Amino acid sequence: MSNNTQLDIRQIRATLQSKQGSEYWRCLEELAETEEFREFLHREFPREASVWDDSSMGRRQFLMLMGASLALAGLNACTKQPDEKIIPFVRSPEFVTPGVPLSFATAMVQGGFATGILVTSHMGRPTKIEGNPDHPASLGATDAFTQASILSLYDPDRSQVPLNRGLIGTRDKFLQALSQALQAKKASGGAGLRILTETVTSPTLGDQLARLLRQFPRARWHQYEPVSMDYAREGARIAFGRIVTTRYHLDKADVVLSLDSDFLTHGPGAVRYARDFAQKRKVAGGKQTMNRLYSIESSPTNVGAIADHRLSVRPHDVEALTRRIARGAGVLVETPQSGNHDTWLAALVQDLRTHQGSSVVIPGLYQPPAVHALAHAINERLGNVGKTVSYSEPVEIQPEQSQAESLRKLVSDIRDGQVDMLVILGGNPVYDAPADLDFGGALASVAFSVHLGLYADETAAECTWHLPQAHSLETWSDARAYDGTATILQPLITPLYAGVSSDHELLELMLGTAEPKSYDIVREFWRRHSGSRDFETFWRTSLNSGLVAGSTFPSRNVRVRMQEVQSLPPGRAVPGDELSLAFRPDPTVWDGRYANNGWLQELPKPLTTLTWDNAILVSPATAGRFDLQNESVVEIAYNGRKIAGPVWITPGHPDQTVTVHLGYGRTKAGRIGSKRGFNVHAIRTSDAPWSIAGIGLAKTGAKSRLAVTQHHHLMEGRNLVRSASLAEYVANPVFAKEHQPSAQPSLYPEHEYDGYAWGMSIDLSACTGCNACVVACQAENNIPIVGKDQVLAGREMHWIRIDRYYKGSLDDPEVVFQPVTCMHCENAPCEVVCPVAATVHDSEGLNVMVYNRCIGTRYCSNNCPYKVRRFNFLQYSTDEPTLAMQKNPEVTVRSRGVMEKCSYCVQRISAARIEAKKEGREIRDGEVVTACQAACPSQAIVFGNINDPDSRIAKLKADPLDYGLLTELNTKPRTSYLARVTNPHQEPGTSA
Amino acid sequence: MKREHGVNTVETGPLIGHGQTYGTITDKITSDVLERKTPRGMLFGLAIAFILTMVLFISIGWLMIKGVGIWGINIPVAWGFAIINLVWWIGIGHAGTLISAILLLLNQHWRNSINRFAEAMTLFAVGCAALFPLLHLGRPWVFYWIIPLPDTMALWPQFRSPLTWDVFAITTYFTVSFMFWFVGLVPDLATMRDTAKKKWMKIVYGVLAMGWRGSARHWHRYEMAYLLLAGLATPLVISVHSVISFDFSVSVLPGWHATIFPPYFVAGAIYSGFAMVLCLVIPVRKAYGLQDFVTDRHMDYMAKVMLATGLIVAYGYAMEAFFAWYSGNEFEKYMMFNRTQGPYGFIYWGLLLTNIAIPQLLWIGRIRKNMVWLFLISITINIGMWLERFVIVVTSLHRDFLPSSWDMYYPTIWDWATYIGTIGLFLCLMFLFIRLMPMISIFELRQLLPWKSR
Repeated sequence: MSNNTQLDIRQIRATLQSKQGSEYWRCLEELAETEEFREFLHREFPREASVWDDSSMGRRQFLMLMGASLALAGLNACTKQPDEKIIPFVRSPEFVTPGVPLSFATAMVQGGFATGILVTSHMGRPTKIEGNPDHPASLGATDAFTQASILSLYDPDRSQVPLNRGLIGTRDKFLQALSQALQAKKASGGAGLRILTETVTSPTLGDQLARLLRQFPRARWHQYEPVSMDYAREGARIAFGRIVTTRYHLDKADVVLSLDSDFLTHGPGAVRYARDFAQKRKVAGGKQTMNRLYSIESSPTNVGAIADHRLSVRPHDVEALTRRIARGAGVLVETPQSGNHDTWLAALVQDLRTHQGSSVVIPGLYQPPAVHALAHAINERLGNVGKTVSYSEPVEIQPEQSQAESLRKLVSDIRDGQVDMLVILGGNPVYDAPADLDFGGALASVAFSVHLGLYADETAAECTWHLPQAHSLETWSDARAYDGTATILQPLITPLYAGVSSDHELLELMLGTAEPKSYDIVREFWRRHSGSRDFETFWRTSLNSGLVAGSTFPSRNVRVRMQEVQSLPPGRAVPGDELSLAFRPDPTVWDGRYANNGWLQELPKPLTTLTWDNAILVSPATAGRFDLQNESVVEIAYNGRKIAGPVWITPGHPDQTVTVHLGYGRTKAGRIGSKRGFNVHAIRTSDAPWSIAGIGLAKTGAKSRLAVTQHHHLMEGRNLVRSASLAEYVANPVFAKEHQPSAQPSLYPEHEYDGYAWGMSIDLSACTGCNACVVACQAENNIPIVGKDQVLAGREMHWIRIDRYYKGSLDDPEVVFQPVTCMHCENAPCEVVCPVAATVHDSEGLNVMVYNRCIGTRYCSNNCPYKVRRFNFLQYSTDEPTLAMQKNPEVTVRSRGVMEKCSYCVQRISAARIEAKKEGREIRDGEVVTACQAACPSQAIVFGNINDPDSRIAKLKADPLDYGLLTELNTKPRTSYLARVTNPHQEPGTSA
Repeated sequence: MKREHGVNTVETGPLIGHGQTYGTITDKITSDVLERKTPRGMLFGLAIAFILTMVLFISIGWLMIKGVGIWGINIPVAWGFAIINLVWWIGIGHAGTLISAILLLLNQHWRNSINRFAEAMTLFAVGCAALFPLLHLGRPWVFYWIIPLPDTMALWPQFRSPLTWDVFAITTYFTVSFMFWFVGLVPDLATMRDTAKKKWMKIVYGVLAMGWRGSARHWHRYEMAYLLLAGLATPLVISVHSVISFDFSVSVLPGWHATIFPPYFVAGAIYSGFAMVLCLVIPVRKAYGLQDFVTDRHMDYMAKVMLATGLIVAYGYAMEAFFAWYSGNEFEKYMMFNRTQGPYGFIYWGLLLTNIAIPQLLWIGRIRKNMVWLFLISITINIGMWLERFVIVVTSLHRDFLPSSWDMYYPTIWDWATYIGTIGLFLCLMFLFIRLMPMISIFELRQLLPWKSR
């Protein structure tokens, strides 16, 4: 309304007085009956509105009206809120600060043995596993399995509900059925009740089992695991008359002999052994001594790959060689007359004898008890006991009966009708029991069988009841490490799926406790057994540190019964024309328990780089004899049983032998693991779990594609992995820098680094090629898996890969490993060719990838001489809800069409920087630990600030062994290598 | 140039058939568009080309849905058919520009009867080529980030990257080629307008003719504009493929990192371009009876240009091999070894056969004038030039510095579908052009007439 309207108050009063009745007025203008007000009314009310046909309506007017109506519309919001109180989240869960991850100590258990771990948890979601630096089996590192176990926790294919004969059941129904079944047992003292577990070291579980056996005296407990330590235990029994657990102290060993053992990568204590071994192996820093490793092996392993001397023999020949070594060491055993490998053995024996007390002989789990007994005898003769080898009480709760025997007894009892109730706590015997036992067939005749497992697997399908087990990160438990150190496992998250969550709870239910909780069971056990007066402190300390203080088993003095060992009859000599076969646990899916773990399926197996499948490994010579090519499917027959699978020709494999790996041919593993490879258990029998001789091999003419990640195995004379023997290194410490081009000019100005300058050094002498770094990187950096077809297409996504090259002859090559990450070149070829500046150089020398800027030209990858860039050719990252929970919130999840690569764990650098800034200091040396570095058991990877002359990394970069890859291209890589130094024996003719 | 019409000497044939006049030329060329019913053969060809175009659209659709992973590319071979095809199509385009611009400036009037056709070919080939850099992106919907647009992200392209140079090179090339082609069409569109009988045709051609009346002033300005455009287009013949070659030569990859690339790419481009012109002209000339306008002498000239550029290309191959040896660089040496003896060796030998050996037949005059032979050799050269790009892109990438990352590249059905689809699109556009536009420059052809026939 117009502002200059004059209101005559007197007139208004008069008008008001003249009104009759209840007249309402709107405003003074109305009362004044001004022209303006009539105008306003006319415009305001639609019936009378003339705005829209008013041709004088201009832009300004329109906007004015619009503004006014918007302002009025706002008034509508001025309503009264309902009186319902909501309460803000003022009290957050204890310790949780949004954005700051927490770390909890617990343990990862495989084959019964624990490795201490620290689990990183983001807002209640465990996302990453690191080793526990205080735990003797870890010392801060982990293996690949441990790294990958976090993925199994979130596996959407995990069993989620109890199953009753394959149909969904409920916990209550199960409890009803269980109590009914047990009711009958009470009267009979448990006759017909059997418990089948995997190897048990858990003190709590042991105690529960003991109580159960007391309550049901006629019940029996059986143990079975396809990869067991039966032979080691039996060997100890022969040697010492009693079962002991052997421990090696490789930090004191100068000469190590491995008898078909992969002690650096598999088995209890492997992570610790790799650390100790590498300490004696590394020469960087001016050391001029290192240990020497001899390996006699019947299937190529990482140990053989890094050995200074490797002898590749058929599985049955190891014993004969061991006898000759034993004789050389002074154990008077019967030796065969054969004269093979004389010089090799002579040099070895001489080396062992000159290193009495500082040598060690390590027998492999796959060699028969006689080899173990002989190894004990040799170690004792060489005076190694108490120095490089020690013995302790067995770590297993029940080591006495061999697992093969135990399972055989169970099956025969079932067949005799003596078993009507079988409780299987973990494990998958229907899939992995020896073929001769036909466990699956026997199981069907058990009236009431219960299976507790992570997956509704092959065994679950054959049982009356299946119960979803909680993952070890979801429940309370305990376990012992290789040296007896106990860890109390604590949960990081409540179980994702309901059920009877753990073996503890199920056993406690059987013992008659209503609604037992794992927490109470484990806590109660330790309350009774901690021996501590202040239990609460004990409990908190143990949980906090991840181990029970003082629980390590003391070493025991045991003497080898030389007479018994020397009178051992020699094993069967296998004629040269017989084809033998070695069974081995798979290096990535182990015995099949990790079959549904995508990270492990896609993890290139060391030496073959095979993913997603197992294969029949043969030597080039054997392949030639049978006219086999890679991927040709052959049938292996043994005692009327058959398996068929594709061949992979493996240089360095012993002739007249094939190797097959367990863990494949699963039928009910899940979406990832089912129907991959072939099941070798079909020819694996209980009397010969690790090697057989006299197999038949026949070509089928079929082909089966195998997805390997590395197709070319020779360095083509390129100076990529630089190596020398210790003697050569001592004579010429700068051998790695020879043929290195001098500084080259560049068109672009040099970068300047005033603050930090990050760099990495990888010690090729220490790398065992164990793959822990690869999975650690995958877990840390949200790296997707792509599937077999994509690996076949050459699109695997790992940011760090372990290149493996062969050198020398096809039949007995030298193997070298070279982990390759992004080199973070100072003159990065990728940076100049990106058209959209999606890969750029930062002020600290990182070559950073800007995912949301990348348009996917892939030019950077083409121009990367190291080919470390990885591209999302398709939508690889999944939005599966449970898998999304695993993702590291500090790292972007990449979508299709985007390039990615190693970032030097820039999120960890940022975290350290934030901490340092808060405290007003520089980042300390060793404060930033990349995921690969943290996981590395042999500490081959060092990361840090090369601008700080006192940092470890700066010192390593200054070491004469330091060299860069492809520096002739003037890329100036920030990742460099410490050249590989080996320590072969000086005797001629020993370079086997 | 000495015009010897009607006399079929051994050296040179006529540039225009005997007995042609202004009138006959106009009638012939305009009636092919305006009056002649669409020939059955053409409909059939168009149908096939259209189906292939649909194959292209389906491939693009699937590509957008799934991503570039539907192709056979991987790490290390991150570029595959898309880049091969890009370079191949761009190369094909070059003949048009060369014929139009350089030969115009050099006063080579024999070009007058083939330039329109060649320019159209250029335009469509560049169009096909330009598809690939877009399609091959991992995230094609943000392709415009490569263009220097002021936007809220406040980020410019990274000007050190040859891919950024490509954008300028290809867009400039396309724009100039289009202008050149269209400006050249204007007088003829006016002729079409004047000759057309149907009203809608008069309107359509009339609009396109942009008011051309043929006045002396029009002709004066036209000549000026055309000459200037020719001047603009000439450096493009050299620059576009040089820039494309920088995509390779700027990198560090053995097999790519070579200073010889720019000239050798330009020669290769002209080589393949002329081969493609011949491939198209020979059947069209036959189908439309244009032997009087595009004479054997034209064919002979074009064959000779092919022979010459082919020899430059052969020199390029020889120098690549020589420098691989002479450099003493182990990576370069291995690159050459791998090209000749590696798993893709057969492609290199195929390339030498199709690009170097077989075209040597062009030394023989009779073969240059035998249309069947010439057609077959042109097809061979087109295949050869495609193989050359395969060798450069794939064979260099699949085995570079670290043997651990070596892998193979196998094209998938989608690689083929996209490639064949662009051939369909190209042919489709070519058919439409022939049907709707005067495929031979009427007014320029008139200039070829001897005075007494005018």
